[in-house]
Amino acid sequence: MSAALVPFGLLAMLAGCAVQDATDAATSASFSAEVVTVSDAWVKAGDAGMTGLFVVLDNGGDAEAMVVSAATDAASATELHETVADASGTMTMREVSGGFTIAANGQRVLEPGGDHLMLMGLTGPLSPGEEISVELRFSDGSMLEFSAPAKDFAGANENYEGEAEHSGGH
Amino acid sequence: MPAGDATARARRLVATRRQFLLGGAAAGVGAVAAMGIDRAMRPAADAPVAQPLHGEETIPFHGVHQAGLDTEPQAHAVFLALDLLPEVDRDGLRRLMRILSDDASRLTRGLPPLADTEPELAVTPARLTVTFGFGPGLVSRVGGRAPEWLAPLPAFGIDRLRPEFSDGDLLLQVAADDQVTVAHAVRMLLKDARSFARLRWSQRGFRRAHGSERSGTTMRNLFGQVDGTSNPVPGTPEFERAVWSNEGWMAGGTGLVLRRIHMDLDGWDRLDRSGRDQALGRFQSNGAPLTSSSEGARAEFDEPDLAAKSAVGFPLIPAFSHVRRSRGEEVIFRRAYNYDESPVGAEVSDSGLLFVSLQADVAAQLVPIQRRLDELDLLNEWTTPVGSAVFAMPPGCEEGGFIGETLLV
Repeated sequence: MSAALVPFGLLAMLAGCAVQDATDAATSASFSAEVVTVSDAWVKAGDAGMTGLFVVLDNGGDAEAMVVSAATDAASATELHETVADASGTMTMREVSGGFTIAANGQRVLEPGGDHLMLMGLTGPLSPGEEISVELRFSDGSMLEFSAPAKDFAGANENYEGEAEHSGGH
Repeated sequence: MPAGDATARARRLVATRRQFLLGGAAAGVGAVAAMGIDRAMRPAADAPVAQPLHGEETIPFHGVHQAGLDTEPQAHAVFLALDLLPEVDRDGLRRLMRILSDDASRLTRGLPPLADTEPELAVTPARLTVTFGFGPGLVSRVGGRAPEWLAPLPAFGIDRLRPEFSDGDLLLQVAADDQVTVAHAVRMLLKDARSFARLRWSQRGFRRAHGSERSGTTMRNLFGQVDGTSNPVPGTPEFERAVWSNEGWMAGGTGLVLRRIHMDLDGWDRLDRSGRDQALGRFQSNGAPLTSSSEGARAEFDEPDLAAKSAVGFPLIPAFSHVRRSRGEEVIFRRAYNYDESPVGAEVSDSGLLFVSLQADVAAQLVPIQRRLDELDLLNEWTTPVGSAVFAMPPGCEEGGFIGETLLV
């Protein structure tokens, strides 16, 4: 298992740990990673394949922040997914274009049935109680790392655009 | 964890202030008393301020000792025993106890745990406590040094133990003044435990509803008896000595014994009042020893005079009575609950007592009492132990820690 194992207690500390790209350092008054806080992060446990990760993002800054990508050692790829109604009105999941914006002094909740991070291709079984480390990259290049415990969760089985008919659920 | 911290902090401050007002032992003092003091201290002009709902009351999860042991007993309790799956090792147990501790720390503040699908049910903590205990199987699974007493109690002649009420690897005691709160907490905890363990048994008990009686009133069991009079008082040196262990990973923890005692209410019905009083050695009316008065609430706490004799020379507290047989040097702390299940067959009721006792050393404190009662106690005529389980209740943990860390880290 390559996922970083971090005790619950470190979560708060990690949440405040911001890393900036050196190239952007001089230009912006405050980086998104410095003003955005994460809380209540968790990931749905699973043996293989894909799974969802959920978190509450609070933007304490006076400018809009945008998460443009996410990465974790626990999966070969991580996508930003949103919930949309297709032509028939059925709610489906698809990758967002651009990223997740978080309004100035606003909040964005990533939750089952709504926006979420999709971990594609788990690198190993993700057991309940295990913690994975996740890195968010913002549009200003700053990065925010946090950890999320895996939880035994029966929901978050939504259909995905283009695969609803043949996937048989996952 | 940063979970809705503002709310959590606000709730914690309420609890802390009450404790401050009431002094060190206040964790055991209920909402009625606390509100009484609040009222007394508040200027009369303030009168229209709404009373806090008792559903908002919280008991802090974190601390030196686990909550739910010296806590004034809540109205509803569910005891759950889990058996660990064969593949669960030390690492698995650590993950399990981290998740369950995190769930408990949120639920007891009135916050939904992570991945709660019914967060609306979590917002009324109603003095919720979640308390964990380790059975012999769990401790040996991780190669821990088990307290010598951590084993099933010796077999007693009166026992008719059934496996579906006995033993287990991991105990969860979930208690609150609101049954909906308990049901939601239990479901959440069991969902998070199901990858690690199977439910072995679940036993539910109740006391008087919150606010029905003055807080601190000794409970009555379903025989009608005042049950638990001579308990040591939480916070006193006697309680500390009797209950809290100071050994190794158990320091700050205690031993919990749960005995399911079936009570034959149909048989008890045939006994007249004086027969009942004689069997117990106390008056059913007020719980006072037979050497005191059957009237007046204070008499409950009079010391039984075991030497006192009647005019014709018989002991006033009979030799066969429960009070005489149970009394000795040993001190235990009782925290029992009634049960009342659906009757089967010709019975009118399937009722009894979830006898719960806390003691630092089960073998030295509880077993001698049980032996004496096994040898002779007229109450045995109407009571039958049908379940028995012994658990090591580890100490509490601080914010960010987890219950069991002293054994599992």
